[in-house]
Amino acid sequence: MRSPLPLRWQGASSRSSVSSMIELEGLTKRYGEKVAVNHLTFAVRPGLVTGFLGPNGAGKSTTMRMILGLDRPTAGDVRIDGRHYDRLKDPMKYIGALLDAKAVHGGRSAYHHLLCLAQANGIPTSRVHEVLGTVGLTAVARKKAKNFSLGMGQRLGIAGALLGDPRILMFDEPVNGLDPEGIHWIRTLMQNLAAQGRTVFVSSHLMSEMALTAEHLVVIGQGRLLADTSMADFIRRNSRSYVRLRTPQREQLLDLLHREGITPVEAGDGALEVDDARSEHLGELAARHGIVLHELSPRQASLEEAFMRLTAESVEYHAHTGSAQAPQPSRPWGADWKKGS
Amino acid sequence: MSTPQPPTTQPPAPQQPAPHWQAAPGPSYTSPIPVVRTHLGHALASEWTKIRSVRSTMWTLGIFLLLVIGIGFLVAAQTSDSDFADVPYTVPAFFGLILGQICLITLGVLVIASEYGTGMIRTTFTASPQRHRVLAAKLMVFFAVAFVVSAFAIGLVGLFTASLHSEPSSTPWAGTVVMGALYVSLLGVLALAVGSMLRHSAGAITAMLGLVLVPAILPAFLMLSESMRTVGEKMMEYNAPNSLAAIFGMDTENGGAAQLGLLAGLTAAAIAGAFVLLDRRDV
Repeated sequence: MRSPLPLRWQGASSRSSVSSMIELEGLTKRYGEKVAVNHLTFAVRPGLVTGFLGPNGAGKSTTMRMILGLDRPTAGDVRIDGRHYDRLKDPMKYIGALLDAKAVHGGRSAYHHLLCLAQANGIPTSRVHEVLGTVGLTAVARKKAKNFSLGMGQRLGIAGALLGDPRILMFDEPVNGLDPEGIHWIRTLMQNLAAQGRTVFVSSHLMSEMALTAEHLVVIGQGRLLADTSMADFIRRNSRSYVRLRTPQREQLLDLLHREGITPVEAGDGALEVDDARSEHLGELAARHGIVLHELSPRQASLEEAFMRLTAESVEYHAHTGSAQAPQPSRPWGADWKKGS
Repeated sequence: MSTPQPPTTQPPAPQQPAPHWQAAPGPSYTSPIPVVRTHLGHALASEWTKIRSVRSTMWTLGIFLLLVIGIGFLVAAQTSDSDFADVPYTVPAFFGLILGQICLITLGVLVIASEYGTGMIRTTFTASPQRHRVLAAKLMVFFAVAFVVSAFAIGLVGLFTASLHSEPSSTPWAGTVVMGALYVSLLGVLALAVGSMLRHSAGAITAMLGLVLVPAILPAFLMLSESMRTVGEKMMEYNAPNSLAAIFGMDTENGGAAQLGLLAGLTAAAIAGAFVLLDRRDV
């Protein structure tokens, strides 16, 4: 009953009958005047952890709800293995999702919560006990969900996602509010699931978190697609690399660099930074002219900075459309975002 | 803190997945769980699990039984043989049902509105994206539960009353068990449909109480005005307490069939509205 793949993706997998692909095409969601998701087109490929990254309010959750058919798109289309979610006869075996760990009736026990989900999809009861064991909730299976801690609630949600043993897993900010042990557990879980050949699609607003788990990245800001790239590519393209120099002979060094056609940037603490340069080259140059260097270090801007620059520019671009003003990455909502607003 | 129990009993170890979870050789994972085409039967099983696994069901139905059977037995104990000359033996259940119907209304609303309140509805519709199937299953399971419980309660009161009185009543009472149970169950189904449209427990319960109480109270005021008299009289005839009274033969003119018909029509309209809205709205 697995549907045939849309043609354009068929090359991605040698076994085209089993694809586990999520495809979005021009997906748009408007709430009145506000455009929450703006013409998103991308595909989530099988066998990888794909990170879905964007600041708070970028439209990640709305996109995920549309994938699951909970919200109706204003325009565009989203398909799982070539079919709309509500056409799937046994959706939990295609895709397991954890959007909100609190989306549980608190008065129901963990066991009954999972049981009613399993029954809706014709999944055998034995599987309920299995997933309870997998997430380590067997001992509290008969306890009411409302008495669960945040971490236990998250585990229950993940148990629900794993119930159908699906080929696609989708998690919305799964590590939010978890303690380090819980975060480590979820990271390992996602990597194991992907290693088994499953498709894992996970959202986050933290680049540092994604850098540890995701192999592929989809970045959105204000509902628009900003990047759809492999993690390695993203790092290569978006992180600024520079060489940091400190010298007691500042004037001589500046003269020398100017003569060589290199424009250094003044760092706050009196050091100089040279973008896209090789430290070997600068070191040899200084040595040839007898300039003493106290520091010569190749540096890379953090991924978090790269991510903020990317999303900030998109916001800035929106705010000043039509004006000649250059993007100002130093004053973005990155600043607000950093505070977690 | 997030560790649910000591790691010795059951280590939360996805690092060692269950044996049959071994990586598939191909590029994509294939599950050992057989593929099943889901149908209404699965949804019914799921909703049955849901309704029996929350406290609110036990509370509302428990209080319903207590009211109908308790008040029914008390009333029955006060009656004499001559009281049942032209009314059925189930009449004592009527007094409990007047109060008890509120329990069924509350349960009907909670069956769906509590899912919206807790967010469970998103999990439900993720598991069963065929929304109409979920609502249909909820309606059927709730109706079955409400009908069986209320028929049991009314029947028990009828049997108890009959056992107290030696003479068999001239009025047959089996039909009143079915019709009385049908009336209060439909009221609950109507509440479920209203709950599905309003998506808010307190709002839907209030709306339903208004629907039951206002037509019972308002006629007293409408009768004062000459022009509103006919409206008042109709309201008097078709309000919930008087409909039940008619069903239990306390209104000699008809057996409450018209009142039951009106409620069935209203319920059908509300269900239709609930299905239309369910499909259109975001969850």
